[in-house]
Amino acid sequence: MGSELNGQAAKDNKELVLEVNNLVVHYVLQEETVEAVNGISFSLEKGKTIGLVGETGAGKTTTALAIMNLVPDPPGVIKDGTIKVCGYNMLELSARQLEKIRGKEVSMIFQDPMTSLNPVITVGDQIAESIMLHEKLTYSQAFNRAKEMLEMVGIPGARATEYPHQFSGGMRQRVGIAIALACNPKLLLADEPTTALDVTIQAQVLDMIDELKRELGTALVMITHDLGVVAKICDLVAVMYAGRIVEYGTLEDVFDRTLHPYTEGLFNSLPDIRNRKNQLQPIPGLMPDPTNLPRGCSFAPRCRYVSDACREAQPTKHQVSETHVIYCSAYDDSNFQIERARGRGGNG
Amino acid sequence: MAEVLLRVRNLVKYFKTSRGVVHAVDDISFDIEEGKTLGIVGESGCGKSTTGRCLIRLIEPTSGEIIYRGQDICKLKRSEMKNLRKEMQIIFQDPYASLNPRKTLLQIIAEPLLYNKIISSRDKFAIEKRVLELMEKVGLAERLINTYPHELDGGRRQRIGIARALAMEPKFIVCDEPVSALDVSIQAQILNLLKELQRDLGLTYVFITHDLSVVNHFSDDIAVMYLGQIVEKAPADELFENPLHPYTQALLSAILIPAVGANRERIKLRGEVASPIDPPPVCRFAKRCNYYSQECAHGVPPLLEITPGHFVACHQVKPVAPSATKAN
Ligand SMILES: Nc1ncnc2c1ncn2[C@@H]1O[C@H](COP(=O)(O)OP(=O)(O)OP(=O)(O)O)[C@@H](O)[C@H]1O
Ligand SMILES: Nc1ncnc2c1ncn2[C@@H]1O[C@H](COP(=O)(O)OP(=O)(O)O)[C@@H](O)[C@H]1O
Ligand code: SF4
Ligand code: SF4
Ligand SMILES: [Mg+2]
Ligand SMILES: [Mg+2]
Repeated sequence: MGSELNGQAAKDNKELVLEVNNLVVHYVLQEETVEAVNGISFSLEKGKTIGLVGETGAGKTTTALAIMNLVPDPPGVIKDGTIKVCGYNMLELSARQLEKIRGKEVSMIFQDPMTSLNPVITVGDQIAESIMLHEKLTYSQAFNRAKEMLEMVGIPGARATEYPHQFSGGMRQRVGIAIALACNPKLLLADEPTTALDVTIQAQVLDMIDELKRELGTALVMITHDLGVVAKICDLVAVMYAGRIVEYGTLEDVFDRTLHPYTEGLFNSLPDIRNRKNQLQPIPGLMPDPTNLPRGCSFAPRCRYVSDACREAQPTKHQVSETHVIYCSAYDDSNFQIERARGRGGNG
Repeated sequence: MAEVLLRVRNLVKYFKTSRGVVHAVDDISFDIEEGKTLGIVGESGCGKSTTGRCLIRLIEPTSGEIIYRGQDICKLKRSEMKNLRKEMQIIFQDPYASLNPRKTLLQIIAEPLLYNKIISSRDKFAIEKRVLELMEKVGLAERLINTYPHELDGGRRQRIGIARALAMEPKFIVCDEPVSALDVSIQAQILNLLKELQRDLGLTYVFITHDLSVVNHFSDDIAVMYLGQIVEKAPADELFENPLHPYTQALLSAILIPAVGANRERIKLRGEVASPIDPPPVCRFAKRCNYYSQECAHGVPPLLEITPGHFVACHQVKPVAPSATKAN
């Protein structure tokens, strides 16, 4: 699917910041192999935001690490695929070249801000350090820039001399964002940047990311399991299950014209704040074991529309519009509809 | 109207630390009717878990009354409390941390039965029978009885926690973020299970969470906490349709709705939650409040019934005379 979309964008002369093609990442352990990412493709234009949505273990973080070429090795092995960031082939660059590109062209906000912050260095120095890595500035110039970055994320510049533990969780996450944005990268990978935060702080951080994105024209990969976050800031959505993208499209495609049974299941699992009497319809069962994925559709054991064909072979791809793609064999029958589609009176 | 099962009056829990006194729970009062769910929401550190733990005296309140079926449990002796604890149980957020990793499901679920001498430890048959009954009730397959918690996923571990809590046939359960660590598809399974159990067994819940859509779905009444105090309490529908406290309004406006174009402008708050250490005796929300005025400097606003069943603690929200129109 990625290749078609890439082709489409190229035709329209749009600037592609990220191209992921048929990425396969496994973690090879002594006794078993975790099939974390199993052939995913997508691309992203300058200034756009894609949401990578999925539950724990879907392979979201692994995908982001692969884009940074930071998959821990061992046990991680990139088995197949290509990744281009601003034209650079991330999987073929030397360590030196990668260091130049990380931070400058692409950077990542980690789920737990503490993992990316050094507890014994002041936050100002940490930001300055990452600036000096990429730009020829003196320490005091870099430190001043660091203060500006802090101000930009809503932290008084005077606090640049404090240590991470002196900050609240929300402030630390904002420091992580300031570091990630310090060199004005063209692509930002945000791995559940607000999951650990309270609602009002989450809202602040999202507003801030949204604003910066607009101001600086940064393209954003927003990794999240929260469909509310997706609705708030994404242009495109890729729904992942067991290391594969199962549905891909614009926000409207995926939310208003949902086609994949798993995406439907996610929506049915969520409490509806506008109708509290609404009965939750959980997806039965559990995620498949990533060391032992079913031969056919990974969602088959939990799918209410499953048929024998689903268990036999990988789901077929259906490109239902220029922007909307799903992988589900049920649509081989042109009359097939999920319940959510029936509710809205057709496939939209 | 149902009977009040639990009546809390002026509950206070302070922690003395080297940096000062943490006012974790600072003078809260509420009632819960039998068979109902009171949701407690609020942001990290506002005192939800401390409240929950005080309610069943897992920790000792600093002062206040907790009246369960007409009896102040704070005045009970340890042995009397041990008896009552059977009726009052708790389910924790982190199913991993709250289960002994070296014990099998059978041992974990049987533990409260043996500890309280409900079944003799020699009667292996009766123990297994009761454990299997409980496992069935919470949707755990029989074949898992000899597995260890680490072999199971988060959803199943939470089911173990629930089975354990149900072992003593409780009447009242504090659910402290029971689904916060779970994926949405599993979260929905557990929420439905808890609802079903409530219906079948007539349970009364205190349901603690920071997730506003979950609390809205699950609760009959909702109390909103801010820095150790209840700032607003109302039936769930009323709270969501007609929030009156400035903090509740901001909190609700920050909810992200998973639908295209559904997210409105949120109410922006200044700053972050202040420290719960030795707070000044004024409205705890004053520093961040968009409506702050002179009036607000006069002490901590009491929680007043503004319209029937709807309580608000704010100097600028005044009770409505019965004949007057609804506030706001
Ligand atoms: N044993 C303790 N000693 C000192 N302070 C404590 C103790 N337990 C809790 N506190 C403090 O009391 C306040 C309330 O904590 P509590 O755990 O009840 O909050 P909460 O609302 O459950 O938060 P969360 O959403 O993060 O679980 C916090 O400031 C916390 O740091
Ligand atoms: N370092 C690692 N070693 C072994 N397995 C791993 C490692 N990192 C991730 N995995 C496994 O790979 C799968 C995908 O994980 P991850 O990419 O972290 O998913 P997500 O971010 O969507 O939760 C999971 O089954 C996870 O347990
Ligand atoms: S391919 Fe079959 S099992 Fe998989 S999602 Fe589609 S209908 Fe369900
Ligand atoms: S009492 Fe004053 S400061 Fe406190 S919430 Fe009400 S208006 Fe705001
Ligand atoms: Mg992850
Ligand atoms: Mg808590």
